[in-house]
Amino acid sequence: MAKNDLQGTLELLILKTLAQNSSLHGYGIVLHIQRVSGDLLRVEEGSLYPALHRMEQSQWVRSQWALTETNRRAKFYSLTLAGRKQLAVAEKSWEQTVKGVQAVMKFA
Amino acid sequence: MKLLRRIVALFRRSSIDREIDEELQAHIAMRAEDNVAAGMSPDAAARDARLRFGNPTVVRERTEHVDFALGIDSIWRDIRYAIRGYRNAPIFAIVAITTLALGIGANTAIFQLLNEVRLRSLPVANPEELVDIRIIGGNHGMGISDTRYSSLTRPLWQEIERSHEPLSGVFAWTSNFQNMQTGLTANDIRPVRSINVSSDFFNVLGVAPFAGRFLGPEDAASACTSSNAVVSYSWWQSQMGGRPITAAESVVLDGTQYRIVGVAPARFFGLAVGESFDFVTPLCIPPNVQREHFDVAVMGRLAPGWTSDRATQWFTSASKGFFETALPQGYSSNTTELFRNFKLGAFPAAAGVSNLRDSYDSSLWILLGITGLVLLIACANLANLMLARASARQREVALRMALGATRARLLRQLLIESSLLAITGALLGVGLAQLFSRLLIRALTTGNDSLTLTVHTDWRVLLFAAAVAILTCAVFGTLPAFRASKADPIHALKSGDGHASSRRERFSLQRIMVVVQVAVSMVLLVTALLFVRSFRNLMTVDPGMRERGITIGYIDFHNSKIDPARIEDFKRQLISEVRAVPGVTNVATTSMIPLNGGSWGHGVDVGPKEGNSRFTWVSPTYFQTMEISIVSGRGFNDNDIQSSPRVAIVNKAFIRTFLDGQNPLGKTVRTKAEPRYPSTLFEIVGVIPDTKYNDLRGAPEPMVFVPAMQFPIEANVPGAGVVISSTLPSSVLGEDIKRVLASSHPEIRTRFFELQQQIRNNLLRERLLAILSGFFGALAAILVMVGLYGVVSYLVTRRRNELGIRIALGSTRARIISLVMSEAGRMLLLGTLIGAMISLAATRGASSLLFGLKSWDPVTIALAVASLATVSALASFLPAFRAAALNPVEALRRE
Repeated sequence: MAKNDLQGTLELLILKTLAQNSSLHGYGIVLHIQRVSGDLLRVEEGSLYPALHRMEQSQWVRSQWALTETNRRAKFYSLTLAGRKQLAVAEKSWEQTVKGVQAVMKFA
Repeated sequence: MKLLRRIVALFRRSSIDREIDEELQAHIAMRAEDNVAAGMSPDAAARDARLRFGNPTVVRERTEHVDFALGIDSIWRDIRYAIRGYRNAPIFAIVAITTLALGIGANTAIFQLLNEVRLRSLPVANPEELVDIRIIGGNHGMGISDTRYSSLTRPLWQEIERSHEPLSGVFAWTSNFQNMQTGLTANDIRPVRSINVSSDFFNVLGVAPFAGRFLGPEDAASACTSSNAVVSYSWWQSQMGGRPITAAESVVLDGTQYRIVGVAPARFFGLAVGESFDFVTPLCIPPNVQREHFDVAVMGRLAPGWTSDRATQWFTSASKGFFETALPQGYSSNTTELFRNFKLGAFPAAAGVSNLRDSYDSSLWILLGITGLVLLIACANLANLMLARASARQREVALRMALGATRARLLRQLLIESSLLAITGALLGVGLAQLFSRLLIRALTTGNDSLTLTVHTDWRVLLFAAAVAILTCAVFGTLPAFRASKADPIHALKSGDGHASSRRERFSLQRIMVVVQVAVSMVLLVTALLFVRSFRNLMTVDPGMRERGITIGYIDFHNSKIDPARIEDFKRQLISEVRAVPGVTNVATTSMIPLNGGSWGHGVDVGPKEGNSRFTWVSPTYFQTMEISIVSGRGFNDNDIQSSPRVAIVNKAFIRTFLDGQNPLGKTVRTKAEPRYPSTLFEIVGVIPDTKYNDLRGAPEPMVFVPAMQFPIEANVPGAGVVISSTLPSSVLGEDIKRVLASSHPEIRTRFFELQQQIRNNLLRERLLAILSGFFGALAAILVMVGLYGVVSYLVTRRRNELGIRIALGSTRARIISLVMSEAGRMLLLGTLIGAMISLAATRGASSLLFGLKSWDPVTIALAVASLATVSALASFLPAFRAAALNPVEALRRE
């Protein structure tokens, strides 16, 4: 069975977000997930940063200070090659989790 | 980069905090801005942003935690924690660090010496290109050899200088002692060390002068008459006050005046490691050069593209022509043929040459092994200490584990604690090593044989110290750390005392360590006893002649201009003058001072047998002076002169070798022809017992003594060695004789020293090995005693309860004592057995350094066992006695 948990889900969302946008700051990631999910998913903002820093330690993402369009200094995150590979793994694992959960739900 | 950032962050932790803060603040601000854009009032926008974000401090700390969890910052915290811990237990820290510093210091010191005499290259340009040109396999004792470095004759050098295709440059050199004039009379002299060199010496070595200029071809041209000299930096500093070199600076060496033209750089000590020089003078090649004198060494620098192997091939094939041209005259046909067939080779000489290396190499390796083993024992003791400390901290460790610390985390903490000790110990050890190695060098320096060795702390030494530190850390730190991190927290927390968990296991670990310690110290004790006993054998060996109260003198009278035919008469006159000095009991001349190195031999035919024998020309009183008895036949007398038949006295080894035990009296010995020593027929007239020749260690060898008056006139030199027996000390007697001779012959030079002192100096290596190995052996025994004491005491504490019951049930004190001591006895027995086996294997390599005993000497092993048994009895008796004195009521109540 595929291993998955809450933390893994957040990481998957971040990885996918960064795969679709070349580089985003933390707040941008929150906005992106909220917008794309049609307000269904709201990332708990406080949990975002420990996750981002953990992913940076694992070298899935790298960070860089830059200016936002409103001329504010913010830390921008982007995906590394290792991050891309991790995304593939996480996506696969997520699909299996969904399949598994659905199978259980449809069992009547 | 990441690591670097983290290290930087260590010192700027607040800046990391700031960075995270800034990132979070930017997030909140952006949210607030968006809120305002969506129509909120600024206040409401900010509140909403903060609410959505949660507590910024908590978020910051959580983020920080991710950044620092296993990072360097926490290592720093562990280090601070460890230091705090050691500050609370200063005695433990001091004992551990001192032990390590001494152990690592001793090891590093000996390695430093090894590095100096063996590993370091000469301080010249590209030393790896230097090659030494020698005869492959040596010259088979042919001709006359002056020092151990010189292996070629001057005519051979001239041939090589003419033709040396594989070498871009080549030079000849020889080092010797010369007499420097220090006063007005001829005997106001002091010995100085000089190197005589060919003109390209400094050029080929690539050494530039510190001041002035070096010698060149123009100096070589006038080498034999008057010339220029270069002084060493230390001579320039100590004797010339470091003043500028002017044309007025000059020195008189062996009667020749030299003008000083330059100063060598401070780091240049010549080519012989462990020696130094005072002067460099041009090499003189007189027109009538002695062609059988092997008294120069030749070195060269490989031309680009040549290796020493290819150079050897070239020289080997060129040898025939070289040796043919340099052929000495007057040898027997066999020896001439031998000379013709010598082959030259080119040997790598990057590390220079060294008598010191040859004589101390194996001793130093042995000492390194010994100090290494002592360190191992010390480490085992430390490991025991660490174990005890770890068990006292069991509760702390258990608590931390219960609070969620991982095993890796705890292991790291414990390893950091031990490596902190190791690093501090290593740093102090490297410092101590400087002191130790200098002390050793001072111990190796005997009166007239100065040893010049500057110790360097180069990368090899530092690498060695680091390796030793890591190794020790692994030995004393890792095991206890693993042990402690394995603790079961629930068990440890529940039981009140600090050392409840995995009791049996830790115990056997400590026992294993004691057994290892006993085994290792057994090896050390056997080694120590072997060297001590070997040294004792050497000190008490009977050389077959008198050694106490013998003064040796060298008299140089070449300024007296004596006709060679009259030299023996002049010597006779000199010794009669010496004989008249008050305090002199007897005096004789000899061509070869006994037990003082050097050797003098000739090829002989004795009947059908052919071989080599030592030859010594002595005046008639020699045997009385040296108290050597004539066992049959007669001694020499004043009637044995040039015109009378040649006679000889031989020793018993000679009879065994050449005469198969027949009656030697009347038999004849014929020497083989050599330049200036024509073939001569001697009749044996007397026999002496076997005596030592040039060294106490040597086995008896065939010796022939011949009257000094019958010495070949053409070989005579204006000098004499004399042996004087006296009741006066040599220093006093020497001065008296100097005074007497100075009044009658002001032009002669003399030098005196004590034979026994010289013999002792020659035993320096053995004495040093005996003292140092004895010291380390004793140290090992003490360390084992401490270790055993600790373990047995611990054992008694653990068994307190059981022992209390035994006493309560009526066990006698004697039985308790024997119970505890037999425990120690078992460990001793096992350790001794293992140690004995290891030492049998290990000491085999040292047998060449032993005298008068084999490396598997049963007495030595018995002595080692006995001393270990004594030590362990002492170490275990006190705890055993304490156990026997237990008050059973108290012991039982405690549990």
